[in-house]
Amino acid sequence: MAAASVIEARELSLTFETADGPVYALSKVNLTVHDGDFVSFIGPSGCGKTTLLRVIADLEQASEGHISVNGMKPDEARRKRAYGYVFQAPALYPWRTIERNVALPLEIMGFSAAERAERISRNLDLVNLTGFEKKFPWQLSGGMQQRVSIARALAVDPKLLLMDEPFGALDEIVRDKLNQQLLELWGRTKKTVVFVTHSIPEAVFLSTHIVVMSPRPGRIIDVIETKFPKDRTLDIRETPEFLKVAHRVREGLRQGHSYDD
Amino acid sequence: MTLAATRSRPSLAGAFAHGSTLPVTIIVLIVIVIWYLAAIPMNRVLSEPLIAAAGGGLGNTLSISWSLPRPVLPAPHQVLIELWNTVFIVAPWRPKSLLYHCWVTLSSTLLGFILGTILGVGLAIAIVHVKALSRSLMPWIIASQTIPILAIAPMVIVVLGSIGLTGLLPKSLISMYLCFFPVTIGMVKGLASPDPMQLDLMRTYNASTTQVLWKLRWPASLPFLFASLKVAIAIALVGAIVGELPTGAQAGIGARLLNGSYYGQTQQIWAALVAAAVMSSGLVWLIGFIERRVALAMGGRP
Amino acid sequence: MIAGLRRNPFAVIALIAVSAALLWLMAHQAAAKPGGIFWLGVLILWALIWIGNDALSGLATTSSVAVRLRNLAVPAIFGITLLLLWQLIAKGFGIPLVLLPAPSDIWARLITSLPTLKADFIQTFLRAVLPGWIIGSLAGFLVAILCDAWGFLKRGLLPLGNLFAALPIVGVAPIMVMWFGFDWQSKVAVVVIMTFFPMLVNAVTGLQAAGALERDLMRSYGASYLDTLLKLRLPAAMPFVFNALKINSTLALIGAIVAEFFGTPIVGMGFRISTEVGRLGLDMVWAEIAVAAIAGSAFYGVIALVERAVTFWHPSYRAQKGS
Ligand SMILES: Nc1ncnc2c1ncn2[C@@H]1O[C@H](COP(=O)(O)OP(=O)(O)OP(=O)(O)O)[C@@H](O)[C@H]1O
Ligand SMILES: [Mg+2]
Repeated sequence: MAAASVIEARELSLTFETADGPVYALSKVNLTVHDGDFVSFIGPSGCGKTTLLRVIADLEQASEGHISVNGMKPDEARRKRAYGYVFQAPALYPWRTIERNVALPLEIMGFSAAERAERISRNLDLVNLTGFEKKFPWQLSGGMQQRVSIARALAVDPKLLLMDEPFGALDEIVRDKLNQQLLELWGRTKKTVVFVTHSIPEAVFLSTHIVVMSPRPGRIIDVIETKFPKDRTLDIRETPEFLKVAHRVREGLRQGHSYDD
Repeated sequence: MTLAATRSRPSLAGAFAHGSTLPVTIIVLIVIVIWYLAAIPMNRVLSEPLIAAAGGGLGNTLSISWSLPRPVLPAPHQVLIELWNTVFIVAPWRPKSLLYHCWVTLSSTLLGFILGTILGVGLAIAIVHVKALSRSLMPWIIASQTIPILAIAPMVIVVLGSIGLTGLLPKSLISMYLCFFPVTIGMVKGLASPDPMQLDLMRTYNASTTQVLWKLRWPASLPFLFASLKVAIAIALVGAIVGELPTGAQAGIGARLLNGSYYGQTQQIWAALVAAAVMSSGLVWLIGFIERRVALAMGGRP
Repeated sequence: MIAGLRRNPFAVIALIAVSAALLWLMAHQAAAKPGGIFWLGVLILWALIWIGNDALSGLATTSSVAVRLRNLAVPAIFGITLLLLWQLIAKGFGIPLVLLPAPSDIWARLITSLPTLKADFIQTFLRAVLPGWIIGSLAGFLVAILCDAWGFLKRGLLPLGNLFAALPIVGVAPIMVMWFGFDWQSKVAVVVIMTFFPMLVNAVTGLQAAGALERDLMRSYGASYLDTLLKLRLPAAMPFVFNALKINSTLALIGAIVAEFFGTPIVGMGFRISTEVGRLGLDMVWAEIAVAAIAGSAFYGVIALVERAVTFWHPSYRAQKGS
């Protein structure tokens, strides 16, 4: 592996202290993400996928273990604005128009007005939302809103993109289309993407590495590397290689899932 | 509600079944009828000798009961006449004009309202950002709402008067004191209303506290701000009126009420009450109007 | 320093206790017109208490008893410090009694004037506030039920009720004094009018609060109007009713006191406040305000306790368990 490591987690654990006792959300997680990787986290609900992503983004602090992002502590990386984050829900500001929602991070990071306008139009075009600049979020469908939130994350052009089930609430067709667009974007811009999903086909189609997680306590039980061509299309989902990888992911999930509780 | 009633005006029966214009009109009419009827027995003490002198009879009873100079209960048209005389006949800058008194009360209401809003918003911003302040100050702010603050109005007026502060400012201070409570409470709620995901978003941008305040907390709190401003402006008006009582004030709605009750000028009291009611609903309507404009500019659903 | 304190509750408590005790001792010396060093000391002690309180409010605990104690202690310390500073400033700078009496003066006045205060309390609170609050709230509640049963009345009355709830209703006080005389009857009338509309508006809203699903359930049982009202809609309306009762408790006290400004027999809290203000007996005014504050808070507190017992099922109480 020649590429430098972007995320490096060693023996990472996180325990939430709640009123009803501790919740072990992450336990001894080891993970390396290299520059240019597309890594998916997959696992049953509540296994700690979001939590792991939040630790990387310094939205949550690990209780034990070590983690570095771009060779820095997560909070330094956050201060350096090293990543873009796409949440599970669009989280658009209802009082801002679409273009001003995309402008939000640019305003905060102090981009000039001209630069802002250029980046807004480029990124809205990227997610196929040109023409909706002056609309308010509620005038858009759920899928369009989620695309705005992706445009917003891309607007600052981060090297690292953290995405938490960005397409979870969308229908199959829109999802396929966005998957393909995301893949193209990743191929073109050579970004590093960490992606959380519930869908096995989505994970296999998009990723270079699939991280299979299991709950209680949340840990990594398998990391599967895929070797599909970078310019793959949705058709590869019918190929035997694809189905083989999907099968391995499914087996991993099944093992991690204890049905007796 | 009134909008819906005016837009769809299909039939009388439809209005009866759904709209509220007709029911409100009917209830108001019933109130007016009761009012006229009640004026007869309530004014009996004063009207009885006059009616007897005029020779009795229904016509005399009605006309005299409804036109006494200082009735216990003036008839609606008497109040209207008093309003007409004091609003339209007298020049508005003369102390005999009701408009003059309205202006006196309105100016201290508005000054107090602006001061109180600034204080309330400032306090809320401090409370939301300083945990120790929220833990130590919030319980007192909530507890002080249970205290009849208006009771200290006379004291404030006199104390400020004794150090040379008279006129507009002391009354405004009472209004300010009354209206900063609802603003603080509402704004603390509003500034804390953004959901965790939106706050996390700001955190991923490494936004400063001021940026989070101006770009997220402040716009998110505006619905709360306007809701509290409506309460605040109504209570600021009450504060200004009560603030005019203790000095035996020369001017203002409160002074009209007090003078009216000293000299038994019931029409004057009722006219002042109507003026206060119109001012209050006008001010609340104005805030609601601004709220709708702001909501529209901020992408609220029409 | 604060971060260190946060882990050591005993140090925090000791810091606050010692500083407060010193401030208390200094408050006794304040009458001697002290100099700059004294005030510097006061400032330092105040800062120390603030730092201690800040640390206390951020104290990391998991036990719910400790959390509850802390949530009581922090505002209490804040309030006591404020009282001590008030005392220090009023005495230390020799502020004249007519401007701002010191807490000790107010306390002395309160102790010596207990009979007067008691008579005022009976006249204003027991004779005017309580009956007026009960009659007004009850009337508002009954009319709300009528409105609920008869849609026409609701559509006619509710817009008017909303309008009136925002009007400066205290203004009717002079009229009521004219109609019902100087004694408590006119005050009751003012309180009744003031408390009627908030209850009407809130209770009507509350009666609509029961969910459509629950209502359909009652329908599927073939429940009568009365059954639905008693078993579903009144319980669902209770949070709103109690909200109105709380609002009304404050309004009632305000109404009774302000009505007394327009004429009373020579007893009552509002009367005492306005006459003592006229005679510049500010310590008595403050004593009266203290009584009003205690009565108002206790009144509110009792309603809140009853509310908690009646609407224990409401989410706003369940949510409080964790924090
Ligand atoms: N702030 C919190 N406080 C306490 N427990 C938490 C908190 N956040 C998450 N948890 C717990 O940690 C565990 C992991 O949660 P997480 O959100 O990471 O799951 P997830 O894998 O993203 O699930 P999903 O697929 O449903 O989004 C869960 O058991 C959850 O209950
Ligand atoms: Mg999740």
